Amino acid sequence: MRQGTRNALLLLPAGAWLLAMLVLPLVVVLVFSFGSRGAAGGYVPGFGLENYLNLGSRWQAFQNTMTLAPLGTLICLIVAYPLAYYLAMRAPRRWKTLLLVLVIVPFWTSILIRSYAWIYLLGGQGIPSWLHAVGLGNPRLINTPFAVVIGIVYGYLPLMVFPVYVSLERLDKRLLEAASDLGAPPWRSFLQITLPMSMPGVATGSMLVFILLMGEFLIPALLGGGKVFFVGNALVDLFLQSRNWPFGAAVAVSLVAVMLAIVAAYMRFTRRFAGSRDDVSLI
Amino acid sequence: MTDRNDQISRDTFIAELMRYRKGSVSRRHFLGVTGLGAATAVLGSAMPGLRGAAWAQEGIGDRVVLASWPNYHDPANFEAFAAATGAAVDMNVFGSNEEMLAKLQAGGSGWDVFVPTNYTISTYVAEGLIQPLDLSRIPNYDLASFDARFAEPGTVDGQVYAVSRNWGTTGFAVNTAMLNGAPKPVSWKEFWDMTMDAFSGRSMVHDYQLTTIGNALKYFGYSFNSVDPKELADAEKLLMDAKPHLFAINSDYQPSMRSGDAWMSVCWTGDAKQLHNDMPEIEYVLGKEGGELWSDFLAIAKDAPHPDAAYALINYLLDPAVNAKEVLFHGYPVADKRVLALLPPEMLQDPIMFPAAELLSPLEFGAAVTLTDPNRAELMARFKAA
Repeated sequence: MRQGTRNALLLLPAGAWLLAMLVLPLVVVLVFSFGSRGAAGGYVPGFGLENYLNLGSRWQAFQNTMTLAPLGTLICLIVAYPLAYYLAMRAPRRWKTLLLVLVIVPFWTSILIRSYAWIYLLGGQGIPSWLHAVGLGNPRLINTPFAVVIGIVYGYLPLMVFPVYVSLERLDKRLLEAASDLGAPPWRSFLQITLPMSMPGVATGSMLVFILLMGEFLIPALLGGGKVFFVGNALVDLFLQSRNWPFGAAVAVSLVAVMLAIVAAYMRFTRRFAGSRDDVSLI
Repeated sequence: MTDRNDQISRDTFIAELMRYRKGSVSRRHFLGVTGLGAATAVLGSAMPGLRGAAWAQEGIGDRVVLASWPNYHDPANFEAFAAATGAAVDMNVFGSNEEMLAKLQAGGSGWDVFVPTNYTISTYVAEGLIQPLDLSRIPNYDLASFDARFAEPGTVDGQVYAVSRNWGTTGFAVNTAMLNGAPKPVSWKEFWDMTMDAFSGRSMVHDYQLTTIGNALKYFGYSFNSVDPKELADAEKLLMDAKPHLFAINSDYQPSMRSGDAWMSVCWTGDAKQLHNDMPEIEYVLGKEGGELWSDFLAIAKDAPHPDAAYALINYLLDPAVNAKEVLFHGYPVADKRVLALLPPEMLQDPIMFPAAELLSPLEFGAAVTLTDPNRAELMARFKAA
């Protein structure tokens, strides 16, 4: 069998899968976005730009998503980095596997059930009542942007910990010894060696969390009480309540476009930052 | 199945679970009366693969898929149905008729039986999403025993598409312990004014265009069903002003009312009854301006995968004895006088279930146009996205 034929055959399953599961649905969504809503909802073919001109009515949802998704990613990173650093650099070897498993354990339960637990914890009978009992006021936590950020950081933390951990684990420890021999204080070798060398992991983790967050709808729906609205919630609403599929399709196309632009800009930025070590993975 | 004389029965377990879920009993009580072993046994017996094959001879299949509303069915009845026929009931819970319609329109819902509200049925017929019913397969349906006002919307152009399940009202529940001596509100005007003032951050509305927009329209004294652009604009202004003061937008408001996070919520009859039974300080108010009077139906989806089981389930739920048990569980009135005769007399006097005539008379049935009107749909979506 010729090399080319064999390659083509090997690529066929994945290619067919991508075509059927990604390209075709995206084409359908794109076509729908130019149509109009049927009398009882649904889709009526057409060609007009009114759905795109109406995007302004969902500005708040875009704004919430573009604020809370980067913020959630940043907090995830701030929480995950020291944890990953400890696991890779400081944790005793015999505990390492156990600690890594503990990071992943929450994934064994559905995010839905874990978010319900947060509904209770953040509700009036949970943390606020404990704070009240020790005289620290009675703050409203549930159904606020704060609750949504808590849910996001809790739900997505492992996705950030692992890429950062891997990049730190792979770091050649002799570089740190050399820096120390040459008189660099620890903070300096961290800033000049450890941090730059872990950037590929930081970039990968941030992209993983950020991309998933841009499409998130479950956590805002459960912990935001229907008041902290992401683009994902707007999509659920347009398809499953008001049945305006064409407008929903236009919102979806816009979300994909915004995401691609942000990811492209981010990749360019991190690649420059990481210099020639262009193993910024993921894409 | 093993001898479980020393353990809790399946029905009791489910009843205890529901009580625990609603917060009526403590976790300690729940674990005490059930025990982990019993719980595991019951959950295990609910797995289809583990169920005995003896029931297969009934011939209606091993499952029936139901789309219905929150807090609307006695699980013990489903257990008994499964025990008698071998068909387990898979229930999907919804928060609005719009959501149900969207699922059926998208196709492939997999539903057999669903529970549409009066104003939606003509649209389901027009869209070809509902089956005409063969009443000979529902012997428990006796048209003469039903109050025509509530049963009629199930018939479109002389053909019966849906049979009456319940009726009820949409008012609001208020936790009177939180009023601080202020008089109990009696109108939708007070509902919205309190939401934006004394009850700020403590009030809930449904994730449902009909009741949320409808009761905002009542603030101005407009029709609950209005699709007039000017009146809808007034309602939108009120909703947008009230939104920062709402605790949540959610049709499943019982957990928040029970925990004390929410003090007031737009509320259906049965939820009000269930809340009031467990927490007497939660009272039900029908706004004096009016609001919604509704009736729900049992219907079969056009492409129902288990039509035999669907007919069996509908017939079972219309059995007066079964239906009476449902009413005792969910607290919604029924239009079937055979069932009313089986209920405890004090229930028929209950002011939540059977409000006084002067409170009922200003109420309106939802109108079909509200389901499909694009302006109402978009108003609700804008309100949520704001």
